[in-house]
Amino acid sequence: MCSLKENISHVTLNADTLISKINDRDIRIIDVRSRKDYSQHHIHNSVNLPLLELLSNDSPGHLIKLIQSMGISDDTHVVVYDNTFGALASRLVWNLLYVGHNNVSLLDITYDNWKLLGYDIDSKNVNFGTKIHTLNINNNILSTAEYLEKKINDDNTVIIDNRERLNFLEQHIPGAINIPYKIFASPNKILKPTNELEKIFESRYVDHDAEIITYCGSSGTLSGLAYNALKSIGFENVKLYTHSFKEWKQLQKTIAKQDDANYWDLSAE
Amino acid sequence: MNNKLNLNDLSIRNNWAKTEEADHFSKMLKLYRQNELDPDSFRRFRLQHGAYGTRMTDNYAMVRIKIPAGEIHPEQLIKIAQLSDSFSIGSAHISTRQNIQLHWVVLEDVPEIMLELAKVGLTTREACGNTIRNIMCGPLSGVCANEMFDSTPYALATAKFLLRNPLNQNLPRKFKFNFTCCEKHGMGKIVDVGLVPVINESTECTQYGFKIFLGGGLGNKSYVGHQLEEFTPIEDLLHTSIAVIKIFDRLGNRKNLARNRMRYLVNELGWDEFKNLVLKERTISRVTQSATLSLEIDNNQNLNSIAETFQRVDLDLMMYERWLKTNTIKQKQTNYYSVFVTLEAGDITSNQLRKLAKICATFSKERTMRNGFSQDIVIRWVHLNHLKILYSKLLSVGLANPGALTLASPVGCSGTTSCNLALTNSHRLAKEIQRKLLSLKIDQDDDLKDSTIKISGCPNSCGQHEIATIGFYGGGGRSGKDMYPVYQMSLGGRHDNYARLGTNCIRIPAKNVINTILKIISIFKQDRKPHDTLKSWLDKIVNSRSDTSVRSINDIKKLLLPLTIVPSKNENSDFYSDYGSNDNYHTRTGKGECAA
Ligand code: SF4
Repeated sequence: MCSLKENISHVTLNADTLISKINDRDIRIIDVRSRKDYSQHHIHNSVNLPLLELLSNDSPGHLIKLIQSMGISDDTHVVVYDNTFGALASRLVWNLLYVGHNNVSLLDITYDNWKLLGYDIDSKNVNFGTKIHTLNINNNILSTAEYLEKKINDDNTVIIDNRERLNFLEQHIPGAINIPYKIFASPNKILKPTNELEKIFESRYVDHDAEIITYCGSSGTLSGLAYNALKSIGFENVKLYTHSFKEWKQLQKTIAKQDDANYWDLSAE
Repeated sequence: MNNKLNLNDLSIRNNWAKTEEADHFSKMLKLYRQNELDPDSFRRFRLQHGAYGTRMTDNYAMVRIKIPAGEIHPEQLIKIAQLSDSFSIGSAHISTRQNIQLHWVVLEDVPEIMLELAKVGLTTREACGNTIRNIMCGPLSGVCANEMFDSTPYALATAKFLLRNPLNQNLPRKFKFNFTCCEKHGMGKIVDVGLVPVINESTECTQYGFKIFLGGGLGNKSYVGHQLEEFTPIEDLLHTSIAVIKIFDRLGNRKNLARNRMRYLVNELGWDEFKNLVLKERTISRVTQSATLSLEIDNNQNLNSIAETFQRVDLDLMMYERWLKTNTIKQKQTNYYSVFVTLEAGDITSNQLRKLAKICATFSKERTMRNGFSQDIVIRWVHLNHLKILYSKLLSVGLANPGALTLASPVGCSGTTSCNLALTNSHRLAKEIQRKLLSLKIDQDDDLKDSTIKISGCPNSCGQHEIATIGFYGGGGRSGKDMYPVYQMSLGGRHDNYARLGTNCIRIPAKNVINTILKIISIFKQDRKPHDTLKSWLDKIVNSRSDTSVRSINDIKKLLLPLTIVPSKNENSDFYSDYGSNDNYHTRTGKGECAA
C-alpha cells in the first residue's frame, strides 16, 4: 500500500517526467485514441487501447487480458493520454483501478499539447511481450444505479453531475449538484492546480469525508475526469456511476428538472 | 501586428476591477447561507455586485458584466468565453445596454467569476441594483460620419468617476447614462441622462460640449427626455452630472417602487421646476467642488498597424454583397469600415467569442470591439481590403448572417429563458422572427431597412419595445379556461433625435406575431407613396400626417383584426403553448428585481 500522499501525486504525471522515463521498461504509455489516429503518430513508445473499443466490452477479464498483452504487470506504471481533454483517458484510468491496477496516472496534458511542445512522437508500433496481471476487483469505486438510488437522500453522499449546465437543468438525478466538466481544465493542462480544484468543491460545501458519486451523460468519461480531479486533491471515497444518466433514464428512475423556464433558448448553439 | 492573444499580457486601457470584492461577496454569501444575513439585505448586496436572481430559483444567478462605453478587448472576450464554459451555459448574452451576461450561474460560483474577471480588468460592480448602471456610449463614437467629436473618452471618464462613488450607492432607483455619437444614431432621449456631443462655434472660440437630455426612459410608463439647455460645455459635464444625481437622490420617490425612476420625479415637479433645481445644484457644485474634482479624460487612441493580407478568399459573392450592404457602415476615416456582427437575440457561444476575439485582434486597427445597442458586437477600423477575408472568417464560425442593421435583427429581452417577471418567451420569439425574415430576404429591402422590431416579455421594457418601429410586449390571454401567450403591439416608436414612443395598436396571439409583421409589411407596400419607408410611413400615421389611404392606427388595426382571433384548442393547440415549449401555456412569475 502506498501512502495517501503518493497516491495523490500519482493521479497525473507531468509531461517532463514522462519524457525522462519514456524508454523505461517499467512504464507503459497507453494511447486511448482510435486505431487510425494512433497509426498516424503517437507518443514515442506508447501502445494503443482505443477507449471506444474497450467500452463495448469492459468486462474486467477482458481488460486484464488486454493489458497483459501489452506487457503490463501489477508493478508497471501505466500512463494514459488522449486528445480530448483528459476525459477518455480518465475513463481508462478508472477501469484500471477497478480491476486492481493501482499504479496508473493520467498524462497531465493532451496529445495535441504534447505535439505543440515538440515532444517525442513517431508512428512505430511497439511490442512489450506478455506479462501476468492479477485481477483484484475494487468495488468501492463503482456505483450502480441501484446503489446510487439508495444514496439519494443520504446526507453524507454528494452526487455530482458533470454534464453541461443546460443538460443538467433539463433533467438530472434528484439531489445531484452540477459541476460541468469544463471547470476542471486549466488553459494548458487537463486539470487545474490542486488549490484551484479544492476551491471548486469547497465553495459547494463538498467535504473531504463525504462519499461522492460522479456521473455524466452515458459512458462515465466526463465524470471520469471529475473522478480523477477529486482523487488528485485527496478525496478518498469517490465512486463513478459508469452507466450514468443514459442508463438511469432507461431504467425509468426518478428524474428532477428545473421547471418553468426556457433556458435552452438562451443557447446560441 | 499584435494579433497574439495572451491573457497574461494585458495592455488594457482601463481596469474596472477590484479583487477584494470577490472575497467580500463570498463572505456575504456564506453569512446568507448560514442565515446570519437576511434575504433582503443579501439581495441588495448581490444586486450591487451585479448578480441578478434567476427565474423560479434561488440557486442560480445571472452575472451581468459591465462593459463601460461598450469598449471590449479581445482578451476580455476570451475570458468571458472560458467563464461561460465553466460556470454558465456555454453561451453568453450581449445585452442592449452594453453588458455581457452569463446566465444560470450557480450562486456559489459568483465570487470565482468575479476573481477571474478582475484578471482582465472587468467588473460586475453596480451592474444591477439602485445604482448608476453601465455608462453607455454609441458604438460608432469616434468613427461616425455625423458626429462632431468622439464622446468615448468622456463616457469612460464619467464611468471611472462614478464607479464605486459614494454618490451612487443608494439611489432611489437605478439610473442610466447614455453618451451617443450623434443625434441620428440616438438613444440620447430615452434615458435618465442622455448626452450628444456638439461643438459650439458661435462664440469667438470653438467650444466642445454636449446637448444633455434629462428624464427620459422606458418602462411601465415611458417618457422622452427634456433638453437641459442649448449647450453644456465639457467643463460643466461633471458638475451637471453630479447635480442631477444629487437632486434625484434627494427628491426621488423611495416609497413607491413603481414610480421611483427619475422620469417620474421630472413629471411630478414639472420640467421647469426640475431644471431650475438642477441648475442651482450645479452652481453649488461648481463652487464647492471645482478644486477637487475633475474628469480624467484620456484622449489617446491606440491604433495598431495591420499587415495587409492578400490571401485569396473564395466566397459566395451574392451572400457577401448581401452581408456587406446590411452589416457594415463606412467610417469617417477613408477606407475604413465598422462591421456589425449579427447575433440571434444577443446570444453567442463560447467558441464564437474566442474566434471573434481572434478576428478582432487580426483585423481591427483599434484592436478592441464595441457592444452595439441592439444585442450585437461591432468590430471597427476594418480596412476596405480586409472586408472579404473578415467575412469569410465570420462565416466559418456561423457569425456572418446578414441583416444586422435592418429590420431583420429583432431585439428580444431574456423573457422566460431566465427572467423572474417574464410572461412570455420574448427571447425565442426574436430568434424565430429573425430566421423567418432572413429566409424571406427582408434584410435586402431598402424600404424596411431603417425600421426595427423589439420585444419585451412583460410590460417592463428591457426589450425596449416602445422605441421600436414595431414593438411587442408579452402577456397572458385567456380563452375559456385555457391560457395562451399574447403580445401587445405598438407602432411607430423611434430612438433618434425625433425620439417617440410607439402607439399601442392591438393584441396579437404569440403564434400570429410573425404573420402580423408580414401583414404590416404588405399593407405598407400597397399603401405607401414612392418615397416612403416603413418607418416614415408609420411616422406619418402615428403623427396624424398620413397622406395615403391608411390614415390612422385604427385603420391598421382593422386590417389586422383577423390575426387577433385565437382558434379553439381543438382546432389548433399550438396557440396554447409558447415558443420553446410544448406544454400548456400558463403565466408564472417570481419576485422581480427591478428589471424594469
Ligand atoms: S422584466 Fe420583462 S421586459 Fe424585463 S427582461 Fe424580464 S420579461 Fe423582459
